[in-house]
Amino acid sequence: MEFDTQKQLVIVGGGPAGLAAAMEAFRNGIAPDDILIIERDRELGGILNQCIHAGFGLHMFGEELTGPEYSGRFIEEVKNAGVGYVTNSMVLSISDERIVTFVSPEMGFVRMKAGAVVICTGCRERTRGALNIPGTRPAGIYSAGTAQRYVNIEGFMPGKRVVILGSGDIGLIMARRMTLEGAKVLRVCELMPYSGGLARNIAQCLDDFDIPLYLSHTVTEIRGKERVEGVVISKVDENRRPIPGTEEYVECDTLLLSVGLIPENELAKLAGIELDRITGGAVVNQYNETTVKGIFACGNALHVHDLVDFVTREAYTAGRSAAKFIKDGGFEVATGEIICKTSGGVRYTVPQKLIKSVTVPEELKFYMRVDNIYKNVKLELHAGGETLKSVKKRSVAPGEMESLTLGAAECAKLYSLGVNELEITLLHSEEEAK
Amino acid sequence: MKKNLTCIVCPIGCRLEVTLDDNGKVVDVAGNTCKRGHDYAMTEFTDPRRTLTTTVRLTGSDSDSFLPVRTSAPIPKPKLFEAMKKVNTLEANAPVKVGDVICADFIEDGINLIACKNIDQGDSHDNSKR
Amino acid sequence: MEKIYDIAIIGAGVTGAMLAHKLAKYKLDVAVLEAGCDVASGASRANSAIVHAGFDAACGTLKAKLNVRGCAELPVLAKQLDVPYKNNTSLVVAYGEEDEKMLEVLLERGRKNGVPKLEIIDSARLHEMEPSLSPEATAALYAPTAGIICPYDLTMAAAENACINGCEFYFDYKVDKIERDGDILNICAGDKTIRARYAANCAGVHSDEIARLIDPEFPIKLIPRRGEYMVLDKAEGKTVSATIFMVPSKAGKGILVSPTVDGNLLVGPNAHEVGFKDDTSTEAMGLEEISQGARRLVPSANLRAVITSFAGVRPTPDTDDFHILPSAAAGNFLNLVGIESPGLASSPAVAEYAIEQLAKMGVTLKVRDDYNPFRTEKGHMRKPFRELSNEEKAELCKKEPAYAKIICRCETITEGDILAAIRRPLGAKTVDMVKMRTRAGMGRCQGGFCSPRVVEILANELGVSPMDIKKRDCGSDILCDKTK
Repeated sequence: MEFDTQKQLVIVGGGPAGLAAAMEAFRNGIAPDDILIIERDRELGGILNQCIHAGFGLHMFGEELTGPEYSGRFIEEVKNAGVGYVTNSMVLSISDERIVTFVSPEMGFVRMKAGAVVICTGCRERTRGALNIPGTRPAGIYSAGTAQRYVNIEGFMPGKRVVILGSGDIGLIMARRMTLEGAKVLRVCELMPYSGGLARNIAQCLDDFDIPLYLSHTVTEIRGKERVEGVVISKVDENRRPIPGTEEYVECDTLLLSVGLIPENELAKLAGIELDRITGGAVVNQYNETTVKGIFACGNALHVHDLVDFVTREAYTAGRSAAKFIKDGGFEVATGEIICKTSGGVRYTVPQKLIKSVTVPEELKFYMRVDNIYKNVKLELHAGGETLKSVKKRSVAPGEMESLTLGAAECAKLYSLGVNELEITLLHSEEEAK
Repeated sequence: MKKNLTCIVCPIGCRLEVTLDDNGKVVDVAGNTCKRGHDYAMTEFTDPRRTLTTTVRLTGSDSDSFLPVRTSAPIPKPKLFEAMKKVNTLEANAPVKVGDVICADFIEDGINLIACKNIDQGDSHDNSKR
Repeated sequence: MEKIYDIAIIGAGVTGAMLAHKLAKYKLDVAVLEAGCDVASGASRANSAIVHAGFDAACGTLKAKLNVRGCAELPVLAKQLDVPYKNNTSLVVAYGEEDEKMLEVLLERGRKNGVPKLEIIDSARLHEMEPSLSPEATAALYAPTAGIICPYDLTMAAAENACINGCEFYFDYKVDKIERDGDILNICAGDKTIRARYAANCAGVHSDEIARLIDPEFPIKLIPRRGEYMVLDKAEGKTVSATIFMVPSKAGKGILVSPTVDGNLLVGPNAHEVGFKDDTSTEAMGLEEISQGARRLVPSANLRAVITSFAGVRPTPDTDDFHILPSAAAGNFLNLVGIESPGLASSPAVAEYAIEQLAKMGVTLKVRDDYNPFRTEKGHMRKPFRELSNEEKAELCKKEPAYAKIICRCETITEGDILAAIRRPLGAKTVDMVKMRTRAGMGRCQGGFCSPRVVEILANELGVSPMDIKKRDCGSDILCDKTK
């Protein structure tokens, strides 16, 4: 396939993942002018630009930063290093031969051959349409992120009397933000019997302002011709089905939806990258390399994270690996792959597989999410009938990402077992008792 | 008397159990996993405080019309809405750097309202280029 | 003296817009009066988007005649007006002997109606053509002339062509009174009046009410029957290639599964009478009903990939045929009532037939010599960015950088596409009008990312505050205040 120009490294997306991946590749020897970050918004920083609340960076910097402060640090690094970037620019396709086609008002229509590509396209919000909420289709229905952009970036209020469906963190943060800006947030409804957000956000975003949280409730109808006039809220049973007779009409002019995030992987699909059906992101190995050689993925495009700090760490791995790939032309494979399986309430793990490299890794880090709230469990990694790692957890919840790290000795052990699969599982206390 | 609360100092969100004496003074904190959690519980019942994050109007930039800001330290929780009113009367001018004081002694002496984003001066606002 | 139009068309749905388009080639002053803020505000915005072959309507009806004619003309017209049309064919699928008997009936009826190339195919051939169809399907009626088209795109195209040929459009003009002043009709909406020598009532689901404004004895009653639909992600667009129907019942042509010209998969409609003609809301039960119907046809259809659902209201007449006749009370007032499905497929033929009627009523038809048959002043419309070849894209980005700036990432819609939609005849003024004209916001994120940008572009281009930009009609405010 034809191309017009070349770069060693193309990074698709200039949010926290893309910025960190670019810097780490730069630190690992890729020339700054041979890196190009392609950002679709008008500035670098990604969605953090609109996340003006504090709570980012405790792991990375030991302090709590706002979103713009967190991304600002990486933007400064990128600018100081002279790493290349274009804004208002959008990648249209990536081929399996790493030809990146993009448009940019500055550069026009470009087909760029890349030595390596890192996909850092983030995620999008689930919509009213995907939930199939019945009723009318008036103005006044926004995803929480869209509302956040209006309020924090554009300076507009999308509504005054607000019902929020979904208690994910963005929904909770927006409940507080809209309240501070003078709106009345009437209630937050959550389909599940537990919140998908952090406990502290329930405390400081809802409880602080006496906003009620209705667990096991959902919106079953939207009313209003031109603008939302109200919503019908129903209690749901244990199968998340609305219970007839529990309907309650709540008058409001706005419905905010915070009902889940979906990794954006249209580009990955075009490149023929295998996707994980559970995460919605690419299947990757320990180098964050996808199933297409030289194309890497990290951040929310790979799987939805709870904390940006972990995005940064993951992006460092991807950036470092991309630099290695560019310099060495790939990764040495000794004896094939180890497939990473999950069980016992662990929904997925990233990476999904390991390449058995010639040199034993110093560290292997696994990220995962569970399917329910569990108390007093052990998160364990098993291989070849042995427990390589066991970590006690007081509580795990679907809203929070968990991780397991194998140190050098444990990695050596894993490699010595000669297995081709491992399993990450939760050990529940009842089982323990047996 | 014992009371439960959720710690808000970090994303872990520990469930704290606080023991109060008859005067409402905190005499014991349990469930915290760090010193900051302990401190949070101690003040939450006597002088609850929150860091305010919001935006102020911004002039002088081509790219941004609003500047994200925060208080340099937590301010009394009951004064959050008063603080929001005051914020809405303020205006910042580009260029700004992270940490620039947008309003000194904001709500309380010694607490400043500070910028959270680096924003360059816009070309159309740069007088030296005219 | 106020202007007197030769013809006033009431309603800018596909029927009214097509009539305006067909009248544009004659030396006539034409006005189109539309209650909504855009063309295609009623049933023309929300239907199955199917160009039916013409075997459904009973033999000898006007509906049957105009359907077959319209189906033949639409591919040509679509090309002229730059409207994507696809001859994807259709299949009415039978499950067992009872259904197969019905296929014979449809085949016979279709042949009598003059539908070309109709045939019944067996299960083997059917499944070879559509491998994802239910294995229980035993046979099908195959209609090679059927197709798909975007109904609001066709309506817009027809209206834009009329507009550049001098037809005048009045929006937010909800006709509530019609007076006869000698040979002139005073057509009023609130305190506004438009005067015309002739009028054509193309008011869709409200056309019986409009007919009664001039003739209280007008006999036909329209029954509003709502149909609900779901739109699936483009990833599912290739689940079937033809339009797949169930064997029709009394309630209508039943639930279908069809690709759309834009590459999505459309599922629906059901048919339920509603009390209120503009009730386009959806219901949980209805969506479940169409899901079940779709699963019966295509068990593997991935209904979890739904990106949006909607409903439209059919103007079903109690007479079961199109009514295109002058009012009994006024010889200069033409009624087009009960133009329900296949109204889209029939639309060019409906317009031609209406013009024949107008001629009989006394309208003089003299062909203009400066008639422009296209959609823009300069001929064919520029293709949307996403449909250009790489070379064309590169060229356009160089010439106009606005085309190098993607606003709607799901559908690859550029700022240039959006500006063009605002600047063209009957250009976009609201977010939904941009959406209808460009598809910005129609993708899987449903405008989550692009709607703030579209609001901004509209506000800049129209010279108003973003606060003044509406979603659809007045009252559909998007933003209610400034934060400071």
